[in-house]
Amino acid sequence: METRSYPYAIEMRGIVKRFGPTLAGDHVDLAVRKGDVHALLGENGAGKSTLMRILYGLYHADSGEILVDGRPAVIRSPKDAIAHGIGMVTQHFALASPLTVTENIILGRTPNFRIDMDAAHAQVQAAAGRYGLEINPRAVIGDLAVGQRQRVEILKALYREARVLILDEPTAVLTPQETHQLFTELRRLQQQGLSVIFISHKLHEVMAITNRITVLRHGRVAGNVETRGTDERALAQMMVGRVTRPAVKPPAVEEGDPMLRIADLHAADAKGVPALQGVNLTVRAGEIVGLAGVSGNGQSELAHILSGTGEAGRGAVRVGEKEITHADARAVMAAGVGRIPEDRHAGVVGDLSVEQNLVLEHLDDFRRGGMLDHKRIRSHARALIDAYQIKAAPGDRIRTLSGGNMQKVILARVLERAPAVIIVAQPTRGLDIGATEYVRRKLVEQRSRGAAILLISEDLDEIMELSDRIAVIYEGRIMGELTGAEATTERLGLLMSGVAHAALGAEA
Amino acid sequence: MSDIFSLTFLVGLLSATLRVATPLVYGAMGEIISERGGVLNLGIEGTMFLGAFTGFAAAAALSNAGVAGYLWLGLAAAILAGMIMGALMGLFAVTLGVNQHVSGLGITLLCTGLALFGFRLIFGESDVLPKVTPFAQIAPLGATSPAGVVLEQYLLTYIAFLVVVPVSWWLIYRTRFGLNLRAVGENPEAADASGVSVARTRYASLVLGGALMAVGGAFLSLAQLGAFTPGIVAGRGWVCIALVIFARWHPVRGMWGALLFGGVFALQLRLQTLGLELPYELFLALPYLVTILALALAGRNVAYPGAYLKPYHRE
Ligand SMILES: Nc1ncnc2c1ncn2[C@@H]1O[C@H](COP(=O)(O)OP(=O)(O)O)[C@@H](O)[C@H]1O
Ligand SMILES: [Mg+2]
Repeated sequence: METRSYPYAIEMRGIVKRFGPTLAGDHVDLAVRKGDVHALLGENGAGKSTLMRILYGLYHADSGEILVDGRPAVIRSPKDAIAHGIGMVTQHFALASPLTVTENIILGRTPNFRIDMDAAHAQVQAAAGRYGLEINPRAVIGDLAVGQRQRVEILKALYREARVLILDEPTAVLTPQETHQLFTELRRLQQQGLSVIFISHKLHEVMAITNRITVLRHGRVAGNVETRGTDERALAQMMVGRVTRPAVKPPAVEEGDPMLRIADLHAADAKGVPALQGVNLTVRAGEIVGLAGVSGNGQSELAHILSGTGEAGRGAVRVGEKEITHADARAVMAAGVGRIPEDRHAGVVGDLSVEQNLVLEHLDDFRRGGMLDHKRIRSHARALIDAYQIKAAPGDRIRTLSGGNMQKVILARVLERAPAVIIVAQPTRGLDIGATEYVRRKLVEQRSRGAAILLISEDLDEIMELSDRIAVIYEGRIMGELTGAEATTERLGLLMSGVAHAALGAEA
Repeated sequence: MSDIFSLTFLVGLLSATLRVATPLVYGAMGEIISERGGVLNLGIEGTMFLGAFTGFAAAAALSNAGVAGYLWLGLAAAILAGMIMGALMGLFAVTLGVNQHVSGLGITLLCTGLALFGFRLIFGESDVLPKVTPFAQIAPLGATSPAGVVLEQYLLTYIAFLVVVPVSWWLIYRTRFGLNLRAVGENPEAADASGVSVARTRYASLVLGGALMAVGGAFLSLAQLGAFTPGIVAGRGWVCIALVIFARWHPVRGMWGALLFGGVFALQLRLQTLGLELPYELFLALPYLVTILALALAGRNVAYPGAYLKPYHRE
């Protein structure tokens, strides 16, 4: 009887989880009331998925405890979690696509060796009706839209009698219409007594659907509030935090010529969903323009187009007078663009040596006749290893280098060509403090040289420290631009959450 | 040439087609069941060979000892050998996560070596080929009417077409084992998260698959020949690998594929005897050419099982 009146469906206490040097969970506490939709809010990498994967038995906490219905629970595998009435829809769908809806749902829940398919279809149909999730049990998963597949996953969890449903960034893959539908379904399920943990980094969604919000930042709880008692501004601040370090802005350089001009640029993401919807942005010689935004708002599509590896739609991108909107990587480089990619493992060839990676993009310059001039490649590598303090030998395979040294190789390769425009994405992600400082110093040096730099980063501190101007991207549009002096985390956070610049001005 | 259209010719052709297709049906069903779980078992050629040898050796020994059911007991021995080889494939490809091509070819080499070595050990190097009295054919419709002659076949052929093919289909699409198998072959993470043991399911499929492959081999030695020769399997395992892709992992399509190959094979045998002025190698190559052609036509854009060739380990 006592459990019925117990207010919390799930409590996680003092959860610690370490991945090598990364502390993904640092004594995290989470309490989910029965019948609530509880948000887990935080930027990318804050540790949301990790925490929930621990709850679902996919990861194991280093320390901490989990209580289900007030009773300590040991969860070592998804099987244990399911037995405790916990269901999870992960970011990557876990369905077998050539199988039917019914087959996916009853998988692992078949009482007899022989399966009566008609009875199974009927059972799934009945469950779908009970929970108000419309789905054709006989449909093959591969033929369904993303939103429908998600519904199948939710139904699969409910079919396993989940009383707590974890949804990891469920709206990330949905169209606005599908999101709307999902919210309607969630409200209905909530009325039936289900508790939901809703992971998101989108403030308006969290405000719209949840009762209570736990904010995570860098693996720690940064806030825990009633949705009714808060607003997007306060949440944004909790999410991104305050600048701890006084931002040392480099001395201003006098205004240069516009080097990179992006006009009304449109593009679609890999799934064909609009990712850029009319981006306008100019970067001048001798300035660093920071592009801030919550990840997934069009940054990577923009970076790819500017690097010649993306597919642009309408609009134009110019470097100086040269249009590179639809140019390939080689042409973009020839136009004077240097690029430091977001995924540094994609920027190098892991099995090749340091010296080979250093000349990879300019093999033509290291030819003698039809052959590569290995002597010159080696001396070239020696010089760069020296100049960029790379801790490696020319013949080392790139794969064996630390992240910092790998990034230095990429920097060396790009910067030695003195490009007029530099596109940098997440240049210090995952680097230690020393390497981070080094990379930032190099960028400032390039700025003094007169390069036009577009800095795409999810690290607001980094953006504020380095940028002369900050543009905020939200759902594929530039929400506003602030000068380095105007920018505060609060203002940026609001723009990042989609609150328009004008509204911001009025409030300020 | 008019012989081609005679009833005798047609009856002979159909009858031979069923006979030639029989070991292919066993092999293909075994391979389909293995691959549905995500494991390409290139051990098939060797497993069939070992099945042919084990079945024959056991039957020969038992027949010498005067045991009455020596053929069926030999078949059981072959099945056991096939199951062991399936389990061994599981050890390499599932437990140890060794590359499946390497594991499978290793099994084939191992089986070939074992069978040849065992053969010498038991039968020595005599000039006379050791023989057993093989399975007799049965003729449910009598052996007088054309249909009756076509259907005068081995019991193992009847079992292949009337039991193994439909049961394979039923097993894959209508049982817990089959559902788990398909899930494990498509998305092992999802299967695991749903509480299905990926390793256990894959082992089961490989053991069952190995048993069927061995029966295919034993059919050759215990029914068709009554003897064992080093060339007895002659690439039938490889043909099965192609048939499985042609069949897109579906048992019934696999059966049609086996019949197609069997038909062309039987046809070329008969064409050879017509005395056409063509090198006989050309006729011999014909079934394989047709296999390649069928594969090229039907094998394009096939959807391989999602986890094909991929070992699975948690986290
Ligand atoms: N399996 C893993 N191995 C190593 N590091 C990981 C792993 N999973 C997550 N991390 C790290 O833990 C941190 C938190 O990640 P995650 O929980 O995925 O964040 P979120 O879901 O909030 O975006 C990140 O720094 C991430 O790189
Ligand atoms: Mg996540």
